[in-house]
Amino acid sequence: MKRKYMLSFPESTGDKPVVCELVRRYDICVNIIQASISPAMAGTMLAELDACAEELTQAVEFLAGRGVGVELLTDKIALREDGCLQCGNCVLACFSGALTIGAPDWKLAFDRDRCVLCRACITACPRGLFGISAE
Amino acid sequence: MSKTYEQINEKIRRGEAVVLTAEEVSRMALTMSPEEIADRVDVVTTATFGAMCSSGAFVNFGHADPPIRMERIELNGVSVSGGLAAVDTYIGATDCDSANPEYGGGHIIEDLVAGKDILLEAWGKGTDCYPRRHIRTYVNIDTLNEAYLYNPRNAYQNYNVAVNSSERTIHTYMGKLYPRSGNASYSTAGELSPLINDPECRTIGLGTHIFLGGGDGYVMWNGTQFDTSKEVNAYGIPVGNARTIAVAGELRGMSTDFLRGVYYEKYGCSLYVGIGVPIPILDADLARRVSIRNDQIETNVVDYGDGNKVIGRTNYAELRSGSITVGGRRIRTVPVSSLAKAREIAAILKSRIETGGFLLSEPVRAMPAFGAVKRLEERSVPFGGRTEVLFGAHREKDLSDF
Ligand code: SF4
Ligand code: SF4
Repeated sequence: MKRKYMLSFPESTGDKPVVCELVRRYDICVNIIQASISPAMAGTMLAELDACAEELTQAVEFLAGRGVGVELLTDKIALREDGCLQCGNCVLACFSGALTIGAPDWKLAFDRDRCVLCRACITACPRGLFGISAE
Repeated sequence: MSKTYEQINEKIRRGEAVVLTAEEVSRMALTMSPEEIADRVDVVTTATFGAMCSSGAFVNFGHADPPIRMERIELNGVSVSGGLAAVDTYIGATDCDSANPEYGGGHIIEDLVAGKDILLEAWGKGTDCYPRRHIRTYVNIDTLNEAYLYNPRNAYQNYNVAVNSSERTIHTYMGKLYPRSGNASYSTAGELSPLINDPECRTIGLGTHIFLGGGDGYVMWNGTQFDTSKEVNAYGIPVGNARTIAVAGELRGMSTDFLRGVYYEKYGCSLYVGIGVPIPILDADLARRVSIRNDQIETNVVDYGDGNKVIGRTNYAELRSGSITVGGRRIRTVPVSSLAKAREIAAILKSRIETGGFLLSEPVRAMPAFGAVKRLEERSVPFGGRTEVLFGAHREKDLSDF
């Protein structure tokens, strides 16, 4: 199963290969969606972890044990596609590449796996077609 | 060989007219000369679907009993013009109520077209012939007398690309522009755009029959801010915002597929309007014009975060590739008008003409040969400041006469 997490790394973990160890210890696939690290080596990472339920639980415990903040993201961006004008305003606002519009048909495409839940599209759509749905 | 409007209309009536969309003819032009195209093609359809803030509708409510001279008018809580006789109004697309900014004039027009009931509330001072001072009731498209769209400025001939070099996100009618030129938006349908395909308005003038909001419309006048003074590139295309058209059409028969109220965060309301303009291919010169391609249509990149400075130039082929390079930096580009919808309109107009359901009209007056846009220069205003008004003059005269 796939789960999205916001991981916050305190400075103390900055010089330790926590993610690398995570992957090695558990049979887990880590897809890093967005990461930002400050000069002091503290940082946040939006990542999707893919493993069976048991391993996921262990992985989260492992991360917490290393001082990493783990927040499970259950929200999803909902889009009412039938009212869409294909206008592109949400695409202009979306930075993850989840929302795209382009050749050949120039119709809106939404790749939910790439969504980083930044919510920029919600206010950018001039028809108010986006919302949050809890899982 | 040149053709006349009447000859083309005769072919349309017989169901024999050859009609292509502007994209189709641009492809045809890769292997055919303008003369060959003029021989083969009768009409080329162009289209655009985007936010057009300078739009609105005139409506007449009819008189109630007892009658009221409506001086302040609200529709679904949005204040609209109270300055047109007793029961006429103009619903401006950007009219809105500051307490509920997400619903405005554009949405009222959409709701009218959708056949919905709309709450009308109006006030008057009460006069001898219009004694009533207040009315509150519902109206809809069937209860109204006249209801027609009249848009003073639509279908801009080319438009700027918007970027924002400032340090904060800005919210504009060109969308959400991220700081430090984080993205760029553009809004013209490129080679499909109406006034790009007839750049000097040889066939688009007062009385040109067009597709408007799903129904029938006409070009009524040159649009406001009509500008012929922009630099023209090697292909005869003005670089940046140039000519515009004013259009009108009966609201009944229009469709919410092509007329949509919108709200931009921290900006306000507007109306998405779908327009399709047929270009008759009267001769090889027009065939050459409609053959224009995206890479030949250039426009300016304008910095909305720094006093609308022009910071670069690009073309629509580059814009549609997904990124442009300005000052050595790559910027992601996204359209904020709908090419998919514009294509749909061009195809609908094409089939209406092919099946004889849409005839062309020759303009009764050409667009102005010259037009430039003045700025509003501010002058110092003394205390009180009103210039001499007729109202005051009357009063003084009255006093001295009696
Ligand atoms: S929430 Fe952010 S990342 Fe997700 S679709 Fe909306 S704009 Fe894109
Ligand atoms: S901003 Fe809204 S209407 Fe425009 S393309 Fe995105 S979802 Fe569709």
